[in-house]
Amino acid sequence: MTSTTQPIDPLYNPKLRPIIDKIIEDNIDLDGGLMVVLNNLQSKIGFLSAPMQEYVAECLSIPVSKVHGVVSFYSFFTTVPRGKHVIKFCIGTACYVGGITQMVDKAKQMLGIEPGQTTSDGMITLEVCRCVGACSQAPVVVVDEVNNGRMKPAKFTKVIEKVLNDEAAA
Amino acid sequence: MAYYRSTILVSMDPICIEKGALQIKEQIIEELKLQKILDEVQILDSPRIGDPETEGPDILVYPEGSHYIALTPESVHPLVVEHFIKGRELAQYSAKMRDLMDEEVREPKDKEVRVILENIGKIDPRNIEDYIATDGYSALAKVLTEMTPEDVIQMVLDSKLRGRGGAGFPTGLKWKFARQAQATPKFMVCNADEGDPGAFMNRKVLEGDPHSVIEGMVIGAYAVGSSQGYVYCRAEYPIAVSTLNVAIKQAKEYGLLGENIMGSGFSFDLEVRMGAGAFVCGEETALIASIEGSRGEPRVRPPFPASKGLWGKPTNINNVETYANIPKIIYRGLEWYTSMGSEKSKGTKTFALAGNVAHTGLIEVPFGMTLREIIYDIGGGIKDGKAFKAVQTGGPMGGCLPTCDLDLPVDYETLGAAGSIMGSGGMIVMDEDTCMVDIARFFMEFTQEESCGKCVPCRVGTRRILEILERICAGGGIPEDIPMLRSLCEEIKQDSLCGLGQGAPNPVVSTLNHFLDEYEAHIYEKRCPAKVCRNLISYHISEEKCTGCTICARNCPVSAITGERKLTHVINQDICIRCGICHQVCNFDAVEVN
Repeated sequence: MTSTTQPIDPLYNPKLRPIIDKIIEDNIDLDGGLMVVLNNLQSKIGFLSAPMQEYVAECLSIPVSKVHGVVSFYSFFTTVPRGKHVIKFCIGTACYVGGITQMVDKAKQMLGIEPGQTTSDGMITLEVCRCVGACSQAPVVVVDEVNNGRMKPAKFTKVIEKVLNDEAAA
Repeated sequence: MAYYRSTILVSMDPICIEKGALQIKEQIIEELKLQKILDEVQILDSPRIGDPETEGPDILVYPEGSHYIALTPESVHPLVVEHFIKGRELAQYSAKMRDLMDEEVREPKDKEVRVILENIGKIDPRNIEDYIATDGYSALAKVLTEMTPEDVIQMVLDSKLRGRGGAGFPTGLKWKFARQAQATPKFMVCNADEGDPGAFMNRKVLEGDPHSVIEGMVIGAYAVGSSQGYVYCRAEYPIAVSTLNVAIKQAKEYGLLGENIMGSGFSFDLEVRMGAGAFVCGEETALIASIEGSRGEPRVRPPFPASKGLWGKPTNINNVETYANIPKIIYRGLEWYTSMGSEKSKGTKTFALAGNVAHTGLIEVPFGMTLREIIYDIGGGIKDGKAFKAVQTGGPMGGCLPTCDLDLPVDYETLGAAGSIMGSGGMIVMDEDTCMVDIARFFMEFTQEESCGKCVPCRVGTRRILEILERICAGGGIPEDIPMLRSLCEEIKQDSLCGLGQGAPNPVVSTLNHFLDEYEAHIYEKRCPAKVCRNLISYHISEEKCTGCTICARNCPVSAITGERKLTHVINQDICIRCGICHQVCNFDAVEVN
């Protein structure tokens, strides 16, 4: 799933540590601040590693079990890094009726991974998510936060190819 | 207050000023004076209207909403004459309205009544003056200067406004309970955790008209006696969150939020909190737990949030659309509001039409309109000329209503009696190609995954139902499954803690009631009438029709199709995963489903 070289945990990464500390510092006195801290860390750092969770617990003076309980409860929080690009399949009702499963099949074939997994080069993560609320454009595939609506298998193939080509060109 | 027939907003962006916006403004005033209509037109400065680089200096004229761009000193005279004397838009300088009606909110159809969606796409959500120019915050001014909190509550009670989150509880009553609660501080919460798949009206309101929600909340806070509020918005809606934050900041700058609102002495602060992808957090007690920074698990009610809510204090929670209704009711009056809707459900409701309907998108109709009118007259009927099978209302806790229910008037009571719910207003239309057993399985998969796991009937019960439905869809159904499903549904409904569990069986019960024949075909004949369930169907390529164009082989995700160009192709049944892509891409209808 992850690449062979184990990257250093964000908590001990001198570039990321100040970001983490700033997020915690900004929200340390906020009522119900744990969710705010975790949401910010997830979006700025990309995931919530075990050491990060322990650190948050220590700073906010709450048990690690509570932090981990919250992290594991909400589907937006991830404990492993995502790929550089994230392809999310909306499996809301309208997208399901509209045939989103065909796109999932197509992606599995092209990338050789299942939803929830990341390609071995760390490039692409496949995810499924509940309704993104773009139902009038169903079926929707979200590529790096951009909604791609009215997907068809042939059109979707091109979307994936574009991500791969852009990356190869970069 | 003076009455103006028109309002001109002049962009005062620094770049526009550099390009001569101040001179343009002076010239307009001079020209209006010359035409003797200066007292009829109000001229206001606006921080920014269009893109100053390409469109400045620009002005926006209300009530028409005309946007004139790239104005020059020469343009002012013809503009004033054409627009204000002759009443015609001066095409030369007119830009199309920004954020034109998009495909999510189309031009209203004849039978629609737009109240909540009125401003969407017509005003700039990131410019508070646009909202103010459409009478925004006038209701708040009226409340703060002319009404006591009790007056406000009485008015909301009299309007018969009911919670738009789906349960339909009278909003005025909710406010009254929160007002009566003794403990302090009190909190106002806006439920913007629009989790129902198929519903996106709350997102659109927050993205397109955020001040209507803020104004509704401030009025509510005044009525209830609260000084702190939260909008809990789902993480899937980043644009809504950022728009709302901009709107809150601007409202504070204008003294419409924060300390001493409009100099009345009343203070109310508002903050946005984000969810993190948990459907159950739309349930009010779970939402409260989530704001508190905990797992979003519901708790037993009573005590209701009105007496013990956020941090154990009295809390009033309403949905986005409920709050957005408030300023309209107060500003336009009870007579206007109660003239719309059915006897027990007043006003309008937004619906998100989606699925196999011709025109998808948000619509708004008075309560009491029939499903048929909504789907056929407004939605344009079923896509691609197919036959209607069912409409699913109310999200995963709702039910599927068949053809015989099409003439039901849409309101809280009727939908409830028909075995579905109003919910937040998702309406997913399904055509003949939809398998109702598979749909029941789909919803159960959803609720099973989203069950928070706190209470056993919901956690274990939905799992058991899902297993049975999966087995039926896979061709392993047995006759005992149907009575077993019915009894499981009954028990989960009765014994679950919150609305998620209590509503979870609805899709199964309603499909069992209306589409039992489909269940029986799966169980007894091992056949899926809609040709959806993968284990019960197979795809074949017709020799007569296949032209050997290779499109199916190229699109097959598992390379199950072989064949030379211009020769009949063959599907290897051992490899085929029955995804149906070949069937869809074939231009000659050569792929048949059995």
